[in-house]
Amino acid sequence: MKYVDEYRDPAAARRLAGAIRALVTRPWTIMEICGGQTHSLLRHGIDQMLPEGVTLLHGPGCPVCVTAAEVIDQAIALAATPGVILCSFGDMLRVPGETGSLLAAKARGADVRMVYSPLDAVALARAQPEREVVFLAVGFETTAPASAMAVLAAAEAGLQNFSLLVAHVLVPPAIAALLAAPDNRVQGFLAAGHVCTVMGYNEYGPIARRYGVPIVVTGFEPVDLLQGILSCLRQLEAGRAEVENAYGRSVRAGGNAPAQAALRQVFAVVPRIWRGMGEIPASGLDLAPAYARFDARARFRSAVGTPASAGPCISGEILRGRSRPTACPAFGTGCTPEHPLGATMVSSEGACAAYYRYRRAAA
Amino acid sequence: MCLAVPGQVLAIAGDDPLTRSARVAFGGIVKQIALAFAPEARVGDYVLVHAGVAIAVLDAEEAARTLACLATLEEDAE
Amino acid sequence: MNAPVCPLPAAAEGVIERGHGGGGALTGRLIAGLFRPCFGAPPDEPLHDGATLAVDGSRLAFTTDCFVVTPLEFPGGDIGALAVIGTVNDLAMCGAKPLSLSAGFILEEGLDIARLRRIATSMGQVAAAAGVRVVTGDTKVVERGKGDGIYITTAGVGLIPPGVTIGPQCVRPGDAVLLSGDVGRHGIAIMAAREGLGFETEIVSDLASLVPAVAGLIAAGVTLHCLRDLTRGGLATALVEIATGAGVELRLDPAAVPVGEAVRGACEILGLDPWYVANEGRLVAFVPEPEAARALAILRSHPGGAEAAVIGRVAATSGRGRVLAETIGGVRVLELLSGEQLPRIC
Repeated sequence: MKYVDEYRDPAAARRLAGAIRALVTRPWTIMEICGGQTHSLLRHGIDQMLPEGVTLLHGPGCPVCVTAAEVIDQAIALAATPGVILCSFGDMLRVPGETGSLLAAKARGADVRMVYSPLDAVALARAQPEREVVFLAVGFETTAPASAMAVLAAAEAGLQNFSLLVAHVLVPPAIAALLAAPDNRVQGFLAAGHVCTVMGYNEYGPIARRYGVPIVVTGFEPVDLLQGILSCLRQLEAGRAEVENAYGRSVRAGGNAPAQAALRQVFAVVPRIWRGMGEIPASGLDLAPAYARFDARARFRSAVGTPASAGPCISGEILRGRSRPTACPAFGTGCTPEHPLGATMVSSEGACAAYYRYRRAAA
Repeated sequence: MCLAVPGQVLAIAGDDPLTRSARVAFGGIVKQIALAFAPEARVGDYVLVHAGVAIAVLDAEEAARTLACLATLEEDAE
Repeated sequence: MNAPVCPLPAAAEGVIERGHGGGGALTGRLIAGLFRPCFGAPPDEPLHDGATLAVDGSRLAFTTDCFVVTPLEFPGGDIGALAVIGTVNDLAMCGAKPLSLSAGFILEEGLDIARLRRIATSMGQVAAAAGVRVVTGDTKVVERGKGDGIYITTAGVGLIPPGVTIGPQCVRPGDAVLLSGDVGRHGIAIMAAREGLGFETEIVSDLASLVPAVAGLIAAGVTLHCLRDLTRGGLATALVEIATGAGVELRLDPAAVPVGEAVRGACEILGLDPWYVANEGRLVAFVPEPEAARALAILRSHPGGAEAAVIGRVAATSGRGRVLAETIGGVRVLELLSGEQLPRIC
């Protein structure tokens, strides 16, 4: 497949790894923001190609992992409401809230349906006017435009039976929160290439300057990841702290204007609770007042879930890059993909799940 | 996060910017994709698609530049 | 629901979830932890596609399978054809020539009889092509809403030729691992139809009887150490199960595993790994290395076998039962999925 295979070329990857090895003179700690990047790094063994001193920490870039437990509980409550069809991306179906997962709710009889796109949920609402269709709108700035398009399409069609349970989150505030933490060890960032495809990367400039960290916009394939890592290390070795784009085929500085316009029209920025990190100001999206009629929380007045309980799960520490899955006492024993204690083990993009799949058996 | 995949635009339909869509080929699969956020896409272009929506038109020149740059790196001495 | 504090794994009680039917680790636990103890199975009895029964000097293979697929009719087949082929394939994996089948039907009140006739016709045709008949069966009807239209259970017996012993216990270090064709078609075909994924390209299931290919291999005198038909859980699951059952290490060459263009594209956009996607007409064969080329030629000569390939090797010095695949940066260990693989955006 064009624009995919070339970036999985083992020879190119090895050349980049060689360049990294030749460059590095000191230990460095870099964080990749996106769960998809974590997954790709581990699946292709990219971390095994890096010199000893380069540490990769895995950041909170998995919207599935950071979705607050109460959102899942609200989704479950909605799914169990008579007449409601709860539509969700596949990723969310296994994540545990306090009242279980959506898949478990489906096993008990709730009408939960998996969709590939929020536009499919709109089509479902059109096709079944006698049912209430609710779409669980999670994801970063990459996904929010699709939700916005769904709302605009529903508005255009005058649909009365379509609503969203919105839990979108924004990346830059999370990065800033991480960097502001007193025990932060991250020296450089690989920014999420697809988030930046939508939003551009101008908003990272102030963050790079304020905290003195290089931020390199990076893609997802092995060659893209190594390229981003190389660029970040080059800056670190040279003492620079700038924003750089290593994913030029998809990302422009200003991002995607029509997508951003749709976001501004349909959503408003709000504070949001990130699972394992607490509330971060101005880090989430909710429906703007003009589109309040599409808000499932208002339409159904569901009970608010209880706060996440304590337990051995350290997904919060992992999401903040303060710990690794292997440091968790429950990793691989009490906490496995079949019996996950936290979202980082359930989500295929979560660091714990990725470690379990690709690392657990010692080579 | 953000699984987005490049696909080639085979045909475009619709005049309304909001509902404009394209038949896009991903390897051997063809799917209808919303084009509202990629108004500059033309038949033959490659678009980056996430959750049924095109979020960018891939820049062939940038891609070529990246790959050319890679080729100039020294062969790994391992 | 409180998070458990004790680090011991939570007991497998509670409710059955979809993942228990996925063919992965959850299914395995159900079988090993619940069914086998209840049925008095010796713990070290090897698990294979069918059971071998010794009867008066002959050996019979005996197997059963249940089918709950939706949609009932899909590109490339239907639940009836699936029920027949699934069972004759399991018999073939023991090296057996299928003799007869039984079929049990649980029908939902309200099922269209014309549809039932189509499905039964399909079953009869597929069985005839495989050289068997459905000779006995049973039918029950459940209330509307209590079933997905039709559930079918088939059982089959077959005769294992003298001198043929096939199973994970026969796998040897150095064996070649052969795959009879491209992977992932069935799972994608079903998912596309069931979830309404809106692919314009119709992906057709690879549903097919493996009886002729296996008969061809046996007739040619190829030494077959192990055969496994790929079903739910895909190529990776079958290989992990065999490696674990045989206590051997497999080394796979990812570039050698054939994946069709359409399946590849579908997997890319859905975020699925084609190695874990269901098949219903493909097998893996473990044969001694010197016989690999001959076995490959036979596989390629059968319908659907054009892409047959040698995809790996049993390591010469085996330690633990596991499957390794080469990656760009090194090697990765294949694991069983916990449940069904689901499409993702993340």
